[in-house]
Amino acid sequence: MSDMSDENFYDDIEDTMDEDSAYGYDDEREESGFGGNTDSDEEEEAILDDYGDVDDAFGTNDIGKERLKNWQVEFKSHSVESIVQAQKKEIDHVASMFMIKDTDAAILLRHFGWNKERLIERYMDSPEKVNLEAGVHEDPSRPRLQKLANFTCEICYLSSEDSPGGKMETLALACGHRYCKDCYQHYMEQKIQEEGESRRVQCMKEKCNLVIDEKTVGMVVKPRIFERYKTLLNRTYVDDSSTMRWCPAPNCELAVECHVSVKKLDKVVPSVRCDCGHPFCFGCGNAAHAPAVCPIVKLWLKKCEDDSETANWISANTKECPKCNSTIEKNGGCNHMTCRKCKHEWCWICSGPWSEHGNSWYNCNRFDEKSGSDARDTQAKSRASLERYLHYFNRFANHEQSARLDRDLYGRTEKKMEEMQLTSELTWIEVQFLKKAVDTLTECRMTLKWTYCMAYYLAKDNMTELFEDNQRDLEKAVEDLSEQLEKPIERDSIPDLRQRVTDLTVYVQKRREIMLSDTATGFEEGRWRWNVTF
Amino acid sequence: MRIASKRLTKELVELRNQGPPEGTAILLADDLKEWRFSISVLGESLYKGQTFGLRFRFPDNYPMESPEVIFMTTDGFKPPVHPHVYSSNGHICLSILGNEWSPVLNVSSILLSIQSMLASCKELKHPPDDERYGRHAPMSPKDSRFVYDDDSV
Repeated sequence: MSDMSDENFYDDIEDTMDEDSAYGYDDEREESGFGGNTDSDEEEEAILDDYGDVDDAFGTNDIGKERLKNWQVEFKSHSVESIVQAQKKEIDHVASMFMIKDTDAAILLRHFGWNKERLIERYMDSPEKVNLEAGVHEDPSRPRLQKLANFTCEICYLSSEDSPGGKMETLALACGHRYCKDCYQHYMEQKIQEEGESRRVQCMKEKCNLVIDEKTVGMVVKPRIFERYKTLLNRTYVDDSSTMRWCPAPNCELAVECHVSVKKLDKVVPSVRCDCGHPFCFGCGNAAHAPAVCPIVKLWLKKCEDDSETANWISANTKECPKCNSTIEKNGGCNHMTCRKCKHEWCWICSGPWSEHGNSWYNCNRFDEKSGSDARDTQAKSRASLERYLHYFNRFANHEQSARLDRDLYGRTEKKMEEMQLTSELTWIEVQFLKKAVDTLTECRMTLKWTYCMAYYLAKDNMTELFEDNQRDLEKAVEDLSEQLEKPIERDSIPDLRQRVTDLTVYVQKRREIMLSDTATGFEEGRWRWNVTF
Repeated sequence: MRIASKRLTKELVELRNQGPPEGTAILLADDLKEWRFSISVLGESLYKGQTFGLRFRFPDNYPMESPEVIFMTTDGFKPPVHPHVYSSNGHICLSILGNEWSPVLNVSSILLSIQSMLASCKELKHPPDDERYGRHAPMSPKDSRFVYDDDSV
């Protein structure tokens, strides 16, 4: 019971449930793109052609063949080993094509950021030039390592006389800038060890951009540091690639491959799920944020960072002067406000002019007066934009918090279910419906959360109404399911509860799909209009 | 002896024997951790007649790593008014002190670079984010990620 992460076991359970409950969940992983048979027939227009040529080293036979829903993208997780292998494949390919050493092929590929096509094109044009640029350059008359007499190193200021035998070990790259080997060793070790550099360790000469190649590094640094260097170098394969990204989850060492180009990010939300289980956006690396696209997510996060606390405070503690709209904080007990700016005197309680208050100082019971309600209307208008932001922000934040609370609740419920399993004839499988429900709930709340970000930036038109209808339906379904989870669990009521929760889970999932699918279609059709530019 | 001590000792000997670049003078160089220089700009410039103080601090792995260099704000010195110099703490936004540092550079070449940075200045102006940076800057300019956006001054 405790090990929920056991995928195979989990699959078995799903199968069993399919048979005996006939609700037919999709396997969770199908939502993220690579399940088995996707059972729904609708909205399955594969969008494979959107992702350009899939020419990469991973042998993509196993991806890109599934039929995806229109809001899903193809992706695949890779382990460090498979990344190393993929690099090797690319290197071997280039090495055999140019008939050069594989270490040199590696330098060339790294120099071109693994853009094989560009490398081939340039290399065919002028191999010498490319070699020199990338630092693949051997000149037998000027070896890299050389023991020299009459040499003074420009860095440590030591000269050959200081060395045993009157000769100094020196090193130079293809550029010919020669320094002593000790300095180079210190320099490389500093770069690798302290700065985590690998493929951009350059010649020590100022403004010389020549990159020190793998072989030279191996000749100079300690073996331990060379190992570190190679590890770092492997990582650059992912860093340099536009179709790979490290999974941002803590302690996860996998990388995810996805072929959505940066140019498409204003129309496609590349939500991926690493094999470690972490869902994130391939475009920006943030937690998955469908249906909102990356540019508006960026705007929103920035705005929330800057504004939300301030806005909350302003909303809670201030009112606008009914005459000049200056924001005013009430900092004393008296309701008689005098605006610093326009000197208008007004009442904090009813917002009407103070002159009408006569002698009823320190209290106000004249809420219904027309002058007062007019003043409040003006205030309301000037506050509209602030309130609008808070409306969306509060709902956004609320779903985040609710998702956490749902999880907490589930934690408590789970314990109870375990107890009941021990004291009743219920099997482990039969108490699993809650786990599925909470997972779905969390996922849907995350989707809902980001619909509020999207809604905030949508220009008001008929399409927005459609969007908001979908949002409302999903929200209703989510809250209904959430409510069921709070029902007390009694032994006799379990079958009934299970029935209801399972039905609602399926329904909520359906609503989420509709929401995501409709927004994705909207992006394709260019249906969404924004009230900001990005 | 480590490279840093060897190299700084030699640099110091050279600075003492041949003197630092014209217009600069050693104010303090008692150890191999922190040196101070006075600096003024030769010839016609916006800083004619002014003298500034520079403080160098050397990391253990100098010259593999760049020294920390700031305009002094103490001992009666004030940083120059310059678009790349922060007025409150004397931090300097200069690429060779950051990502373009090369171990081939030395104290003398830094002094020359700073002189030329001042000499080529066209307008006495603080950096655009002077006040904000002054409030939030880390103790050492080396912990700031400067964006070297303008090499002309």
